Amino acid sequence: MNALSIRQLTKTYDHSVHALRGIDLDVASGDFFALLGPNGAGKSTAIGIICSLLNPTSGEVQVFDHNLATEREAAKSLIGLVPQEFNFNAFETVLNVVTNVAGYNGMGWKDANKRAEYILKRLDLWEKKDTPGRQLSGGMKRRLMIARALIHQPKLLILDEPTAGVDIEIRRSMWEYLTQINEQEDTTIILTTHYLEEAEALCRNVAIIDGGEIVERGKVAELLSRATMETYVLDLIEGPASRSSQLGPFALRYRDDGSLEVDIPQGHTLNELLKALTEAGVQVSSMRNKSNRLEQLFLQLVDRDAS
Amino acid sequence: MSHHLLNERVAFQTLVRKEVRRFMRIWIQTLVPPVINALLYLLIFGGLIGTRIREMDGIPYMDFIVPGIIMMGVITNSYGNVSSSFFGAKMQKYIEELLVSPVSNITIVAGFIIGGVARGLAVGLLVALVSLLFTQINPVHPIITVLVMVLTSITFSLAGLINGIFAEKFDDISIVPNFILAPLTYLGGIFYSVSLLPPVWEVISRLNPVLYMINGFRYGILGASDMPIWQSFSVIAFFICLLGFIAMRLLNRGIGVKQ
Ligand SMILES: Nc1ncnc2c1ncn2[C@@H]1O[C@H](COP(=O)(O)OP(=O)(O)O)[C@@H](O)[C@H]1O
Ligand SMILES: [Mg+2]
Repeated sequence: MNALSIRQLTKTYDHSVHALRGIDLDVASGDFFALLGPNGAGKSTAIGIICSLLNPTSGEVQVFDHNLATEREAAKSLIGLVPQEFNFNAFETVLNVVTNVAGYNGMGWKDANKRAEYILKRLDLWEKKDTPGRQLSGGMKRRLMIARALIHQPKLLILDEPTAGVDIEIRRSMWEYLTQINEQEDTTIILTTHYLEEAEALCRNVAIIDGGEIVERGKVAELLSRATMETYVLDLIEGPASRSSQLGPFALRYRDDGSLEVDIPQGHTLNELLKALTEAGVQVSSMRNKSNRLEQLFLQLVDRDAS
Repeated sequence: MSHHLLNERVAFQTLVRKEVRRFMRIWIQTLVPPVINALLYLLIFGGLIGTRIREMDGIPYMDFIVPGIIMMGVITNSYGNVSSSFFGAKMQKYIEELLVSPVSNITIVAGFIIGGVARGLAVGLLVALVSLLFTQINPVHPIITVLVMVLTSITFSLAGLINGIFAEKFDDISIVPNFILAPLTYLGGIFYSVSLLPPVWEVISRLNPVLYMINGFRYGILGASDMPIWQSFSVIAFFICLLGFIAMRLLNRGIGVKQ
């Protein structure tokens, strides 16, 4: 069964900003899924619609068995949301923030407090239970939002850029915790991020969104194996007679400054490339490896869509 | 009770508890000023000027103004509680906690309204206690007294909610209270009987809904009013239906809270 199915979802703000241009998305129950994309891609807009914070312009959303348009309340009760920005009442105590949301989900006073104690202890916030939210550190605020999202034991947990602006240590412990609840409590998790490492470290499946469209989807492992393609930037003494975009197995891209970008797919070597270039009459003066491979894959996908 | 209704009931209780906790936490801003305000009116209009006026419609002036001053507290504070609570929830974005939760809009409206009523009645009660320093209060029709107070409080809580829904900046929740609500209240027969006004002004005054509420309350306490009590109840009932309908409609469409 799918925890989430989205069909032809569009969202236009103010009759002019096309934030989503008809996206389809399926997330299987139990999955740990990343919605990956650069800033402004439409991630938060998609999340907002799924969580009833925004009205869609058109399209359908189904959460487990429940259609959002016709069974909104049932769908909502299955979702826990950790939004991108802090959105709790800064003057309420930590305990009240989570028990309020428990109450909105129909949990009685006693159950709510029991569950709150469990979840706050697990997220290392129990000592702060009587502290107003505004006095928490940044990492604690994030954890409070996670605790609040989990208070009613949702089957689908959605996190919108949960680790943006969070330091490495907290990020690691958050990753660990999310992996645990995904595996042990059978909670489907969808997170949005613009960090590839995050998707790589956590998720099984991924969709890449850019300009309001899904440009790629699949298993993280598969995408990563494609990312083992390496890209070099070569400065040329002499260019080829004719500029082609393919040389044997190598993809070539001439850049405006006259340098050449080459992809070396898995199973081929730099030597093979240099040999092929020499045969084609291209002389290389210097070369360098382009940084972060994953970053590159991501940029390629996003670029390809733009062109 | 069905599972669904049970959940709604718990959500409603949670919301009311949260709303009451909010104004109790900041009681120096929410409960004290209206009491001081009322105290000043009682001193100046009742104590100082009132000794010159002596009677209004055959009622000692101090006794005449007490119901109006209580109602002024109820009206302003019911309104202010809901408008600022809802607007604050929007500004700080924790309204999203409610929007993502399986709480129906009618429960959201009811929760905020009862929060406003709680504040309105708390202030009304405190002002009534303070006025005991100046006179006695022995309601002639206790049930009508309570009913008018609660229903008026609901009316203005709903109005405050609508204001909060539309408000986009802080000014937006002070404009209506200052420029519309205050004049209507002051001209709503707190300090005088409209029967003393020149005919034109009496007719105009009778278009003011607040007049019917204050007179309804005065009828409950003193047994005297500028109009029959059924008129007071009809006006209040009409506005509760109208404002309730508007509030529900706005929330159902997501006006002010969803894009
Ligand atoms: N409230 C809004 N009004 C108008 N445009 C918006 C609004 N929110 C987002 N947008 C626009 O919609 C696009 C997608 O935004 P968003 O969903 O926030 O992207 P992401 O979360 O991937 O960074 C962006 O171009 C953004 O400027
Ligand atoms: Mg975003």
